[in-house]
Amino acid sequence: MSRLFTRDTQAIFWNNNKNAIQRMLDYDYVINRETPSVAAIVAPTSSAKFEKFFWGPDEIMIDVFRSTKEAVEAHPNADVLLNFASFRTAYDVTMEAIAIPNQFRVVMVTAEGIPERLARTMNQAARDAGVTVIGPATVGAIAPGAFKIANIGGTIENIIKSKLHRAGSAGLVTRSGGLFNELCNIIALNADGIAEGVAIGGDRFVGSVFIDNMLRMESNPDVKYMILLGEVGGTEEYKVIEAVKSGKITKPVIAWCIGTIAKHFSSGVQFGHAGASANAERETAAAKNQAMREAGIHVPESFNDLPRVINEVYTKLYDEGVILEIEEPEIRTIPKIRRPKNFICTISDDRGEEATYAGYPISSVATPDTGKTIGDVVSLLWFKKVYPRWAVDFIETVIKTVADHGPAVSGAHNAKVTARAGKSVVESLVTGLLTIGPRFGGAIDGAAKYFKYAHDNDMTPAEFLAYMKKEGIPIPGIGHRIKSLRNPDLRVEGLKKFAAEHFPETPLLDYALTVEQLTTSKKDNLILNVDGTIGILMVDMWRSLGYHEEEIDEFIESGTLNAFFILGRTIGFIGHVLDEKRLAMPMYRHPWDDILYDVQKAEEL
Amino acid sequence: MAQRAIREYDGKQLFAKHWNEYFDGFHYPFKSVLVTSADELRQKAKEHGFEWLNQEPLVVKPDMLFGKRGKNDLVLFKVNKPGDVTLEDAAKWIEEKQSHDVTLLSGQHGHLTHFIVEPFTPHTQDQEYYIAATTVGEDDVLYMSAEGGMEVEEGWDEKVNEVRIPINMNEADIEKAIRANVPADIPAENREAFISFAIQFFKFFRDMHFAYLEINPLVLIGTDAHILDLVARLDDTAAFLMKDKWGDIEFPTAFGMEEQSPEEKAIAEADSKSGASLKLTILNPQGRIWTMVAGGGASVVYADTIADLAGVKDLANYGEYSGGPTTGETEFYAETIFDLMTRYPDPRGKILIIGGAIANFTDVAKTFTGIINALEKWAPKLKENNTKIYVRRGGPNYEKGLQDMKEAAERLGLEIHVYGPETHVTDIVRMALEDEKK
Repeated sequence: MSRLFTRDTQAIFWNNNKNAIQRMLDYDYVINRETPSVAAIVAPTSSAKFEKFFWGPDEIMIDVFRSTKEAVEAHPNADVLLNFASFRTAYDVTMEAIAIPNQFRVVMVTAEGIPERLARTMNQAARDAGVTVIGPATVGAIAPGAFKIANIGGTIENIIKSKLHRAGSAGLVTRSGGLFNELCNIIALNADGIAEGVAIGGDRFVGSVFIDNMLRMESNPDVKYMILLGEVGGTEEYKVIEAVKSGKITKPVIAWCIGTIAKHFSSGVQFGHAGASANAERETAAAKNQAMREAGIHVPESFNDLPRVINEVYTKLYDEGVILEIEEPEIRTIPKIRRPKNFICTISDDRGEEATYAGYPISSVATPDTGKTIGDVVSLLWFKKVYPRWAVDFIETVIKTVADHGPAVSGAHNAKVTARAGKSVVESLVTGLLTIGPRFGGAIDGAAKYFKYAHDNDMTPAEFLAYMKKEGIPIPGIGHRIKSLRNPDLRVEGLKKFAAEHFPETPLLDYALTVEQLTTSKKDNLILNVDGTIGILMVDMWRSLGYHEEEIDEFIESGTLNAFFILGRTIGFIGHVLDEKRLAMPMYRHPWDDILYDVQKAEEL
Repeated sequence: MAQRAIREYDGKQLFAKHWNEYFDGFHYPFKSVLVTSADELRQKAKEHGFEWLNQEPLVVKPDMLFGKRGKNDLVLFKVNKPGDVTLEDAAKWIEEKQSHDVTLLSGQHGHLTHFIVEPFTPHTQDQEYYIAATTVGEDDVLYMSAEGGMEVEEGWDEKVNEVRIPINMNEADIEKAIRANVPADIPAENREAFISFAIQFFKFFRDMHFAYLEINPLVLIGTDAHILDLVARLDDTAAFLMKDKWGDIEFPTAFGMEEQSPEEKAIAEADSKSGASLKLTILNPQGRIWTMVAGGGASVVYADTIADLAGVKDLANYGEYSGGPTTGETEFYAETIFDLMTRYPDPRGKILIIGGAIANFTDVAKTFTGIINALEKWAPKLKENNTKIYVRRGGPNYEKGLQDMKEAAERLGLEIHVYGPETHVTDIVRMALEDEKK
């Protein structure tokens, strides 16, 4: 890994830190990145599935997951974790991420004040797993023109002023996050900007230290020289001195340790970070600056003198031809005023040459010569997928099967009564549709839900029956008014035959049939009815199509199965309404003799 | 902060509280009291459970984080001969030590406020050991010596065995490593007991999130373990994990550190209540260069630069504000500084550095509003003290912030010089000092 990040690097952002994520996406847009640098967000307590962000003038959606594991399953190419958890949970979040094999290359930890023992354990675990930890207690890192972590670099205006929108020649490592921006500004004013920069973090135990980052920069061809801003306390700078002396670092290094003030005060005053306290003479800023100077590192007289030294080293490398003139890239600008969109649509688009269903122009699915049917349209508009033929045919079979069931069922009856009251087609239709629910048509949902639950939990048919009895619910999808095993429902037979011939497998149906054996042994008409068969086969269909169990549960929860019934039965209801219009039947009044009147005189209270 | 010292008494109490869980096979006769006056000690002796204060010979020493109490002649263990100190002797000694300030050999100077009183433990030199643990670099290190007592520091290399224990070492290997490195001069009959104690000591150190833990001397008499002297520092970032195990533990300020001024206390209090960071240390109340710097790193480089260019005597304070303080918080912080800096006139006048690096996302104009409000109130005093103000800042909305500041100062008749990110962050210090020479 010679470069920390590239233009293709994508991160999982742990914690829905909307402002920081938006700043990353604004940066991405400005530097013409093709993909957003944040692939997904992990927010353990969120029930949202996505979060909207601006992408230049437009908006995009970023997936939200409840766990890192789910996030990487959906985004396996995201190899950076931006851990924005608090100091209480940052350790657990990092350890969980490191334990996912071959996933994360870099984990950045922002929390300040993680218990030292936990920080050490975490850093060691990361080293063992070959994961680079940036932080804890850091604003992060940036590879200009490629990838920027969260808030580092400041506003877009400052980023451009500090030349952080495209790669320069310096590799920058600092302890302080606050001075990181300042250094970038100094380097932009006195040289050509940075190629890569890391603020390693202010806590005593940080994952990657100066030397880790500088050895990587040594092998990064974009980096021509390095700038190190250290601090009083610790001995990490000596490792850099060793590397310079032994020739492991050959690129010119400019360095300064801040905190020379500390030598004037024996104890008690904490200057700067938790890591910034000299326990011995060699840990003082003055001693480290002197040792670095002696090793041939470019060390200024003071912090105030740093710009001059940077300019000197840069000019020399430029004159020698090591550093070339940088061609300034085109950048995009972020509009000053952006309005969040009130509506989102992910299924169809009418803005282009021709309106599309899930990316397919209507003409490509409409006419018979396209070979596409209404089942295809349903799969596009309802599921945003192109289903295979057998699944499409099944959907159509269902729609056709449930299209009507005579005038006596509640929905058809309502539609007819309304039509006879002189109401329009749409008014009559909705009165019919409004009866669809748990008692009318709802068995499809119920059957799918309960049979799936029983099957998922490995219940035997007997256990399932006992469970439903305990719940006090008759098993949805079981039972028919007149049909029985000996006098089967031919619609059910048709569906079963189709499934047997075309479905890759039907485990839930197979299970339901074992349940049917048990129920029919108790009573002849307790057969698997048409609602049950449809609901169960839908589950089998989705399983065969490769959907996760959670996705199928979601379909059931959101009423997708019911939707098939609504769609199919709408055909029938419209038929009944048109029938009434054709027959010009008068207003309907229910006969008195069909009503049991039992009206008592109201009691005075 | 992170590593913070606790009192000897509190350290011993932690041992006592968790003894049975950690120190299998040993008994710790924990008898110890912490008092702040002789009368408190006399009172304590009347309480049930502290009868031993009247019955046993005592040892008294200050419990205020500093070491070398023996060499400073601040341990009372004998009047005529070791082990003859009575309760009244102890009380009188405390009274005497509190009647005047004390200067230690290290130069630390202050008033003794806390004393630890314990029974005198008669023992022989060969029952004394030294044991300590801390973190060096990335590893834990356990130090063990067959010789306890004050002399251990002379001849450290010969007398003390070190065991390095990496953070990921497993329990079996830890035990093996400690066993393999036990000092050879521990008598064979005590060897196993010492090894067992050392292993348990290390686990206690580790699990309790100590940053440093030293018993010197540790006295082992049979299965009785006596902790005669103890130094301990805790990693206070672990406080949220250790609430129950540590209990309500105190982190006292170091002895001789001048007590915080009311202003420093007020800022510390505001800091603890705010999500932002507000820090203030007064280095020299009569200093003439005062800083009000945003950000931890920037505050250090300003202090560095002032010490380099003007000399450390002129630097009056160290501090920083960051993390998005409210206008009210910034105003309070600024007022505190303006108040402090106008107390002692200086013939050369005063310099106020309002500095900061380029902010990430703090709205500079907004934070400057608080400072401007404070300037409005303190302008007459600042003028009286002949104050020159130098401002340097960058970040969101900095143009407006700098403009507002300039206008306000000019309206108030204050001398002000304002710079943005094109000027090097600490260069205003150089300019301020050079302007003076002109």
